[in-house]
Amino acid sequence: MVNENLVKDVVKEPYKYGFVTDIETEKIAKGLNEDIVRLISQKKEEPKYLLDFRLKAFKKWQKMDEPDWAGLGYKQIDYQDIIYYSAPKQKEKISSLDEVDPKLLETFDKLGIPLTEQKKLTNVAVDAVFDSVSIATTFREELAEHGVIFCSISEAVKNHSNLIERYLGTVVPASDNYFAALNSAVFSDGSFVYIPKGVTCPMDLSSYFRINSGDSGQFERTLIIAEESSSVSYLEGCTAPMFDTNTLHAAVVELIALDDASIKYSTVQNWYAGDEDGVGGIFNFVTKRGKCLGKRSKISWSQVETGSAITWKYPSCLLLGEESVGEFYSVALTNNLQKADTGTKMIHIGPKTKSTIVSKGISAGNSINSYRGLVKMGTKAKGSRNYSQCDSMLIGDQASANTFPYIKSQQPNSEIEHEASTCRISEDQLFYLQSRGIEFEEAISMMVSGFCRDVFNQLPMEFAAEADKLLALKLEGSVG
Amino acid sequence: MQSQMKESDPILEVKNLFASTNNLPILKGVSLAVYPGEIHAIMGRNGCGKSTLSKIIAGHPSYNITDGDIKFSGENINALEPEERSQAGIFLGFQYPIEIPGVSNLEFLRVSTNARRKFLNKEELDTFDFEELVKEKLELVKMDQAFLSRSVNQGFSGGEKKRNEILQMALLEPKIAILDETDSGLDIDALRIVASGIKKISNAQTGIILITHYQRLLDEIEPNYVHVMADGQIIKTGGSDLALELEKKGYEWTDNFVKET
Repeated sequence: MVNENLVKDVVKEPYKYGFVTDIETEKIAKGLNEDIVRLISQKKEEPKYLLDFRLKAFKKWQKMDEPDWAGLGYKQIDYQDIIYYSAPKQKEKISSLDEVDPKLLETFDKLGIPLTEQKKLTNVAVDAVFDSVSIATTFREELAEHGVIFCSISEAVKNHSNLIERYLGTVVPASDNYFAALNSAVFSDGSFVYIPKGVTCPMDLSSYFRINSGDSGQFERTLIIAEESSSVSYLEGCTAPMFDTNTLHAAVVELIALDDASIKYSTVQNWYAGDEDGVGGIFNFVTKRGKCLGKRSKISWSQVETGSAITWKYPSCLLLGEESVGEFYSVALTNNLQKADTGTKMIHIGPKTKSTIVSKGISAGNSINSYRGLVKMGTKAKGSRNYSQCDSMLIGDQASANTFPYIKSQQPNSEIEHEASTCRISEDQLFYLQSRGIEFEEAISMMVSGFCRDVFNQLPMEFAAEADKLLALKLEGSVG
Repeated sequence: MQSQMKESDPILEVKNLFASTNNLPILKGVSLAVYPGEIHAIMGRNGCGKSTLSKIIAGHPSYNITDGDIKFSGENINALEPEERSQAGIFLGFQYPIEIPGVSNLEFLRVSTNARRKFLNKEELDTFDFEELVKEKLELVKMDQAFLSRSVNQGFSGGEKKRNEILQMALLEPKIAILDETDSGLDIDALRIVASGIKKISNAQTGIILITHYQRLLDEIEPNYVHVMADGQIIKTGGSDLALELEKKGYEWTDNFVKET
């Protein structure tokens, strides 16, 4: 057996994003009722159709029961004890970045996401979201020249209302599930992307979500529309301070790809995971879904999930268009008492549709890491194919890994392939690397990133390096 | 054992070594000294403790040293981690090289080589410089560059794995190399390649311990000393002719020595 204590040291990692920004915030009263929903809508000066959308969602939510089928066993959430809108106080209308509170800019600087003109990342446009509001979006003019719209969803409601009215809630309906209904009622901010016909987005787009308040939830909403023959690569990153209470994060992401369009959506999720004893951490209950509406359209999800006390999410694809393609590449690393229940749903509706699932779960400590996925071939999905590969790696002897692949086929003329494996880092492998002069920690992180290579290869360049670093950090010991 | 006077100090000195795993004694008093430029062969039946001896010298965590010393360049290394031993210049060629899925052979070789270079206060090599170096060394073992982009030992044939071991030895330039049954599972051609690789890497400053069952490797690399192990001890030491005699008479012949000791 691998030396347990050494492994424990190695997978223990100080969370370096755990700081709190001391800033004056405008918060509404705790609790959730129809008035709160109206208040959020009013604060955002929303048109009537959106208020109606929220109120309808709220009514549905009230009639729904919180799901427990995943058996994640978390402490009951008191929905009346959460603040549903929290925003840093700043000037009413901000015309340029110079007017943004320096404390906020500093916060994002510290997180490695500089926003100011001089320091901003050169090849990625960033939308920075702090608690309930978007702070800034970079490269807007440059993108506008190509007809690309990249802004906060609140702004999109004001300036591109026709697109919002047409597409919002068409992929994830408000009644889809308990947390989607909650989000639809109270969502505060998030990102909006529109890529016009024939345009390849000239740079990667990225949203960075930061939860700062301990007592407010974050309910962001992202909507990406890729018109005919367009393509975009979108990146998402998340962190939160260390609190000993649990914070709810219930986001909804909707993607729409028309004929020959392609959307690549990558996530590096590093919300605060709670301490070694499982105190605190984010409940990350997220609904992400893409609709391949057009022929030969493609939606590709890749995610690196390392944070959150509990992660509960299944980025999925509805493959409607003929020959459309869905992909899901996932690395989920859990440690201590973290729980992750993640996977995907590939719903093949159109003919000759294709999907690929590659999931890599790494469990250390006392954590539980489950892959849960559905592959469904509808009656019209003739000549469709799916390939799934789910691999689990166990570090230590207290962690657990599960795989729940669900398969439903109503079309005999389709193919579904599923491979699964479980491995453990063996003492022999460690000794082999060590006997070649490679330190214990480096040996473990080498093997972990080797295990994840199929997925890392799918990430955008700068993200792949970031992900590798993040895993290494998570696995770094006190010695290193 | 080695009674004649040596001019220099031994690279490796094993003194009355006792070791066990899971409270089961495996080594029962092994002594051995390897001086610069020497080639030693250790022979013996399966389970006599020869592989264990090699793993203990390399620092395998499953074995406990219960008595005795291992000295490397005059320093006691009983408590050193395996990576520290490797960095200092001890190399173990594995009988069964381990597969590491997903880790590219090139990156593995580079990290490993740099760990040793760092110890020697040599400049660490970036990917480009390392590729130059590794190309040169690939020649020694007649390996194709395609090996570099594959995962460490994964899907390698038995012969390819062994050649990959010798490639590592060539890159690490150890002071002492212990090669555990490097000849097993090799056909005649592969054996020649491996043997000529070992000969080219070794020099008057290095020491080599060959652990083997067969004479055929020793036909290619003539040892200065042959040790026969049985039941956790070295029961007889001789010159290269001892291996020939052993080949003729079989290990049954050595059973009598056990009784003598």
